[in-house]
Amino acid sequence: MGLLSVSIWLPIAFGCLLLAIGRDDKANIVRSVALIGAILSFVVTIPLITGFDTASAALQFSENLPWIERFNVRYHLGVDGISVWFVLLTAFITVVVVIAGWEVITERVAQYMGAFLILSGLMVGVFSAADGLLFYVFFEATLIPMYIIIGVWGGPRRVYAAFKFFLYTLLGSLLMLIALVYLYYKSGGSFDIAAWHKLPLDMPAQTLLFFAFFAAFSVKVPMWPVHTWLPDAHVEAPTGGSVVLAAIMLKLGAYGFLRFSMPIAPDASHEYAWFIIALSLIAVIYIGLVALVQQDMKKLVAYSSIAHMGFVTLGFFIFSELGISGGLVQMISHGFVSGAMFLAIGVLYDRVHSREIASYGGVVNTMPKFAAFALFFAMANCGLPGTGGFVGEWMVILGTVKFNFWLAALSATALIFGAAYSLWMYKRVYFGDVTNDDVKALTDINAREFGVMAVLAIATLWMGVYPKPFTDVMHSSVTQLLTHVQASKLK
Amino acid sequence: MLPMNWLVIYPEALLLVMACAVALVDLFVTDEKRRPTFWLAQLSLAAVAALHLAYYDGGFTVYGMQRMVVTDPMGHLLAFFATVSVMITIAYAQPYIASREMLKGEFFTLSMFVLLGVSVMVSANNFLVVYLGLELMSLSLYALVALRRDHGVSTEAAMKYFVLGALASGFLLYGLSMMYGATRSLEIPEVFNAIGRGNINTTVLTFGVVFIVSGLAFKLTAAPFHMWVPDVYQGAPTAVTLLIGGAPKLAAFAITIRLLVEGMLGLAVDWQQMLMVLAVASLVIGNLAAIAQSNLKRMLAYSTISQMGFMLLGMTAGVVSGNTLSAGNAYSSAMFYTVNYVLTTLGTFGLIMFLARQGFESEEITDLAGLGKRAPWVAGVMTVFMFSLAGIPPLVGFYAKFAILQALVTTNLAGYIWLAIIAVLLSLIGAFYYLRIVKVMYFDEPVDASKPVQSSGISALLAANGLAVLVFGLLPGGLMAMCRDAILKTLAT
Repeated sequence: MGLLSVSIWLPIAFGCLLLAIGRDDKANIVRSVALIGAILSFVVTIPLITGFDTASAALQFSENLPWIERFNVRYHLGVDGISVWFVLLTAFITVVVVIAGWEVITERVAQYMGAFLILSGLMVGVFSAADGLLFYVFFEATLIPMYIIIGVWGGPRRVYAAFKFFLYTLLGSLLMLIALVYLYYKSGGSFDIAAWHKLPLDMPAQTLLFFAFFAAFSVKVPMWPVHTWLPDAHVEAPTGGSVVLAAIMLKLGAYGFLRFSMPIAPDASHEYAWFIIALSLIAVIYIGLVALVQQDMKKLVAYSSIAHMGFVTLGFFIFSELGISGGLVQMISHGFVSGAMFLAIGVLYDRVHSREIASYGGVVNTMPKFAAFALFFAMANCGLPGTGGFVGEWMVILGTVKFNFWLAALSATALIFGAAYSLWMYKRVYFGDVTNDDVKALTDINAREFGVMAVLAIATLWMGVYPKPFTDVMHSSVTQLLTHVQASKLK
Repeated sequence: MLPMNWLVIYPEALLLVMACAVALVDLFVTDEKRRPTFWLAQLSLAAVAALHLAYYDGGFTVYGMQRMVVTDPMGHLLAFFATVSVMITIAYAQPYIASREMLKGEFFTLSMFVLLGVSVMVSANNFLVVYLGLELMSLSLYALVALRRDHGVSTEAAMKYFVLGALASGFLLYGLSMMYGATRSLEIPEVFNAIGRGNINTTVLTFGVVFIVSGLAFKLTAAPFHMWVPDVYQGAPTAVTLLIGGAPKLAAFAITIRLLVEGMLGLAVDWQQMLMVLAVASLVIGNLAAIAQSNLKRMLAYSTISQMGFMLLGMTAGVVSGNTLSAGNAYSSAMFYTVNYVLTTLGTFGLIMFLARQGFESEEITDLAGLGKRAPWVAGVMTVFMFSLAGIPPLVGFYAKFAILQALVTTNLAGYIWLAIIAVLLSLIGAFYYLRIVKVMYFDEPVDASKPVQSSGISALLAANGLAVLVFGLLPGGLMAMCRDAILKTLAT
């Protein structure tokens, strides 16, 4: 069994074990098993990055076995420079989520932890699948645990949010399924993604495929105007669910653009790049403004996620190395930062049971340590140099300047809006005098919460100060992708 | 004189003898729980299933009984699945009917006669044999629906089933007689050849096809011939609902292949269009009407309609622009779909029976409220079934839908690709009501704290059934290959 298979199936096996333990009277055993499972699952992914050959753009750690011979579907795994960091990110965030839910989740603990571990394995599967149908199976299967997580442990409108999340994303994916089957037919009976990359396609076919993939991935990213499920899902999901949604699930969509849309339909991607760029800019600017007026902290961070993901898609569709690498760096750093922001909201929510900005004020007086972390992540969220948030945005803007100055100028306004909504929220929640008794009664974060926040802060700082390990790993694969996308598939 | 080839009908002969034996033995059984009857029935069925499996391995086509019946891989595979499904049905049903004073020898005997009807249909090589099998199956089912004769709803369901079923049989018989008139033969391969030779009165032929398709549509529960389905599913005792929802679906698929494909492939242009209309109508009506249901069995009835619509889509993609290259692909996808559907249906209704107890049917969707808390295992298994029916990977229902979509898209005709898009959009609507069941079980608070009456045998069977849906989902290759081999070998002769 290869390293990638272990990375996928180890957390799933632990998840199933937890489901089998089941009862709440053994909650502590469950938590420990979950933590061991999550840490082990993370540890097994580390050799992926230490043993990664940065000079090669090919798929590494490949495993290729027949799976469904009837349709020539193969159990084909492998990571390249684009996907390898996301495998680690997924496993890492799962550890964070397990620790974050430690004392907070008291009901159906086993199912909660089990769902997250299974979800983690499935998402690693999405990032490492090199077979179209295998990718789809993992991509879709992630809906099941997330649906349960939102619906069981969510807020008051969780049922609505869970259905909206599920059906919205299912609609897009089903259209992608037809596209996958069409490619299977066109390629003469193969589900190999690499073979699809090389497949010559005429323009009408490329256009249809491009939009079918767009349907699936734009919903997942999410891009304006199909983003409306995200604020609902985020607000209602438990803290861990929000963290995983923002940190990883959104990346599945953006990753799909790089793995499917652009290399399979390069001509259509160029042809309709203006369309994606326009939607991305709307996300960056308009959604940034929408975030500004939110009353609910989680909604605010949710809209800020959409705006940040707008940067990612913008970076992808200007077809330059700076843009794509910048988008990828942005995805990883957003994984840390948005995860941390949701955790911070979770910390407050666990104590006060309100997400309204208006319920707080002067938190810094009672929770100084926590407020320091929150400030750091708010700064990272608006792209302060020295944090991970800055690097990605800066690279994308730089790439866009070379592409078109005015687009770059427009996208750069995001930094202003980002600063506005992040810092204004920070001011209202943390600064000033203590406004009410709830805030007065707050106790500062405990060692567990401190540890989680510290780890995420270190990761964010590391990305901001020394992003080279990240960009180095990506370099070959991104260059190869660009060369591939520049060549027309039309004859 | 054509050869009799008794060997061909050994499984059916065994089944007939044992059905009579079970009826006789039951007269002398004094045990209240009818254990001897139950085990004798199960044992006989197991032997029949083993025979079918052994013949399937042979993998060739033999005609028997003076070319009245045929034995081929598809027939044996379907008969095998049907036998297993009846075995599972009886196992699920036994405690259920025992607590409702329906546990009589008749249940077992009639179930075996249903299976006999199914087997006859599956291996028919002659129009009259098809009809014979159909009637044997239907009459046994009518009687079973009315098994609770002091129960108003059941009796009404039986009446409705009987009247409409008789009408449909009439349609089918009328169509078959027209085919006979046009082609001067009742034998399926002969009809095929006659149509191939041409110079037949096409008006009569086309009328015949219309009647035959209508009759089949009734048995396949396709809209607009679906009116009986919700009432019968809801009204019949759940054990019988399961019997209707299981093996007969395999039989309906088999006679569709026998009549339309083996007999009238030359008329595919005509019947494919009809099936397309039926399929889309079933998908629309089934999926939309299911949303409005509050009764679980009724909802599953509409879900059946939509699932069968999806299966029929596969039947429409066999002959493309006059060539039959994709026939094997399309029909084996439809077969895979049917087999999976039966597998999942068995579990779903088995679970409803498992949750039912003395004086409580557990038929309403709200009866499942909070099941995730009350009985996590059962709720987990039900979740697997629901997501499978909704077609979410990695459960087997997804591969069934995938196989059908694949058959449609690989025709590379715009019309078929549109059909695929319509199908996925409607199955998105379908996902809603399956998700609602999961929602009720996990997100809603329990109304009462009642736990299902524990029965370790049945819960093990349920768990195995759920596991099968999951395992076939992780490794669907084997079953897919089996269906394809069976169809290809059958079509080759």
